[in-house]
Amino acid sequence: MLKDQDRIFTNLYGMYDRSLAGAMKRGHWDGTAGILANGRDWIIEQVKASGLRGRGGAGFPTGLKWSFMPKQSDGRPHYLVINADESEPATCKDREIMRHDPHTLVEGALLAGFAMGANAAYIYIRGEYVREKEALQAAIDECYEAGLIGKNACKSGVDFDVYLSHGAGAYICGEETALIESLEGKKGMPRMKPPFPAGAGLYGCPTTVNNVESIAVVPTILRRGASWYASFGRPNNTGVKLFAMSGHINTPCVIEESMSISMKELIEKHGGGVRGGWKNLKAVIPGGASCPVLPAALCEDAIMDYDGMRELKSSFGTACMIVMDQQTDIIKAIWRLSKFFKHESCGQCTPCREGTGWMMRVMERLVTGEAEVEEIDMLFDVTKQVEGHTICALGDAAAWPIQGLIRHYREEIEDRIKARKTGRMGAMAAE
Amino acid sequence: MLRRLHHEQPASFEFTPANLAWAQAQMTKFPVGRQASAVIPLLFRAQEQEGWLSKPAIEYVADMLGMPYMRVLEVATFYFMFQLAPVGSVAHIQICGTTSCMICGSEDLMKVCREKIAAHPFELSSDGKLSWEEVECLGACANAPMAQIGKDYYEDLTEENLGKIIDDLRAGKAPRPGSQVGRFSSEPAGGLTSCIDMPGDKEAANGSVGPALAIGDVAKKIDGTEVPLRAPWQMSGQRGAIGIMGAGQRPMSAVQQAAAAKAAPKAEAPAAAPAPAAAPAEGAKGTKPAMLTEARDGKADDLKMIKGVGPKLEALLHSLGVFHFDQIAGWKADELAWIDDNLEGFKGRASRDNWIEQASKLASGAETEFSARAKKDGIYE
Repeated sequence: MLKDQDRIFTNLYGMYDRSLAGAMKRGHWDGTAGILANGRDWIIEQVKASGLRGRGGAGFPTGLKWSFMPKQSDGRPHYLVINADESEPATCKDREIMRHDPHTLVEGALLAGFAMGANAAYIYIRGEYVREKEALQAAIDECYEAGLIGKNACKSGVDFDVYLSHGAGAYICGEETALIESLEGKKGMPRMKPPFPAGAGLYGCPTTVNNVESIAVVPTILRRGASWYASFGRPNNTGVKLFAMSGHINTPCVIEESMSISMKELIEKHGGGVRGGWKNLKAVIPGGASCPVLPAALCEDAIMDYDGMRELKSSFGTACMIVMDQQTDIIKAIWRLSKFFKHESCGQCTPCREGTGWMMRVMERLVTGEAEVEEIDMLFDVTKQVEGHTICALGDAAAWPIQGLIRHYREEIEDRIKARKTGRMGAMAAE
Repeated sequence: MLRRLHHEQPASFEFTPANLAWAQAQMTKFPVGRQASAVIPLLFRAQEQEGWLSKPAIEYVADMLGMPYMRVLEVATFYFMFQLAPVGSVAHIQICGTTSCMICGSEDLMKVCREKIAAHPFELSSDGKLSWEEVECLGACANAPMAQIGKDYYEDLTEENLGKIIDDLRAGKAPRPGSQVGRFSSEPAGGLTSCIDMPGDKEAANGSVGPALAIGDVAKKIDGTEVPLRAPWQMSGQRGAIGIMGAGQRPMSAVQQAAAAKAAPKAEAPAAAPAPAAAPAEGAKGTKPAMLTEARDGKADDLKMIKGVGPKLEALLHSLGVFHFDQIAGWKADELAWIDDNLEGFKGRASRDNWIEQASKLASGAETEFSARAKKDGIYE
């Protein structure tokens, strides 16, 4: 188990002084000017060496992403955009950073922004997080007033601004180009790539979009060293990470742990175990709505990191899992995700606009059992046709949970359909 | 989902002075010429002030940001947090219904709402005080099931404690936001497994509940006076002028840069930022046309028959001394320029919408396409 002295988010639950003075007591904003003095390349090298991968779900190496930004400005300003549009169902980790440890994020914005040659950072927080927005803005204001950001930030000679803006309830704005559109005051509809944001992003200027957690861990990595950070987790999956657990566990929570921790340990140690004991576990959705569901048998030895989840044909995502016990109607649980994606499709691409609604309606029939067995294959086929045929990954994200359900719970679906037809309870439904 | 403006709209909208100051400060977060970026924050503040987002509010924000109405309407209808019809006068209760909350009992919470508020989402309770809806994941899953009411999250809900919250709101009492079962925030309920005894004084409430308790009345309509406006990114003084992105120094949009690059001599280094887009020159542009102190015979023409002039702009014209179509029809080019420059919040509207041409027609007693339609549909009635 991760020791308290190895935590980056030392005030995850907001129990201790959240002001700048309190954050400084816990070691934040310590020697920031000295870190800046090491130069841009040094920071990028350190982040690369730490093995930090994007914490928003896709897991792209963070240092590498920064190095895509142009080295010299062609006259256009450069921007760092921080994705705080935390809307993936089950994901509630960045909220804790923004409301309880906001100084990690503001300091990270300065260091990351400097490393990529950005003039300013825009933090785009989801609109529902009203209090979190207030808490984060208060932290930014404090930093300005203390001279830590703004002109001559930390007396380092670097000029850097941090601005906070927000959305208004659109999941799609978590997609980086939709986020940029929204930040420009438009509907959040994803852009075609290329051009990639590093070439032409916000206001047509070079832009890098990073998740809140990816940015907030940077100051501590630079202070304690890349090798310290890389000492946690397996190779290619290094570091510490915020995990969250929701659903049928005894003590749901958000927790910072070492990467590559086993799923069972995480649930037993911090989540207080599965409701009714580990044997009562039915399935886990490991990292947010778009990650395919894992049945209990696979959870036994599951390793919570990018590679571990990929081996199980699921995905690490945001590492915020939904735990479901034996009493859960798994088909209905996945149907609810289909409903979510139907609600959140922006309507730009036809396969997604029509497909998400279609998939939801068939899922509805599977929930009640008023379907034919052939529809399961038809549904699977449709998910395959939506997947990969849209501008952004929302279409894929809508398809994967259904594919996961059919892969692992086909028997249960068929059973329900048969039970409905014969009027008798199936073997599975009788449990 | 089809989202349309409500069939009944208020006559006008205006930010309270403190909200206006707040809104203007938000606009300075973005580069010159990119004020449209502030559209979501401004619309949301308008909604916080009124409880829902009306057509006059959408148009007011559009005018403030110099955006076509359609662009702002597009934003207002795209984003689900904008309530385009009136909601409960005290509170609108948003129950999270996505999987984590669903498997933890959000369907039971909606049953409570059906019983205590109204049978259907978005329907007002019989006393008009409350309404409810099911929303998608609100991102507080470790505290499921939960609901958002106004600015605040109410977490770890049960049928009983949600019922109590609803009763309290109805009775004018302020329920305490945050976990309803005594958790501090999202730590494990059984006791801390991390972050034990860290440096720093103990806080009384978590980062979301703290600000709510400081204000007290969680159902209050926001008028901007709740917290002092700081906007330190504009700070001058010890750190020099207005941050690096301050007025006149902010980076320009790609279009502006292209224009500036064309204008600037080639020898100039690209790093040297060219002058920002022309700000309004000192003193007024153009010549002030002759104005009236009041309408002739006390009866002004209906200036709203000019396409592009709404009730707000009509009032502004009256205050300038413009009451009749023939006045507008008679403006010369430099007089038009003066008007364009003096339409506070609507700059450039007179020439953009061809007022002179429209007014000439209307002054002669003829109809324009717009005025005919406006009369037929009674859009200003």
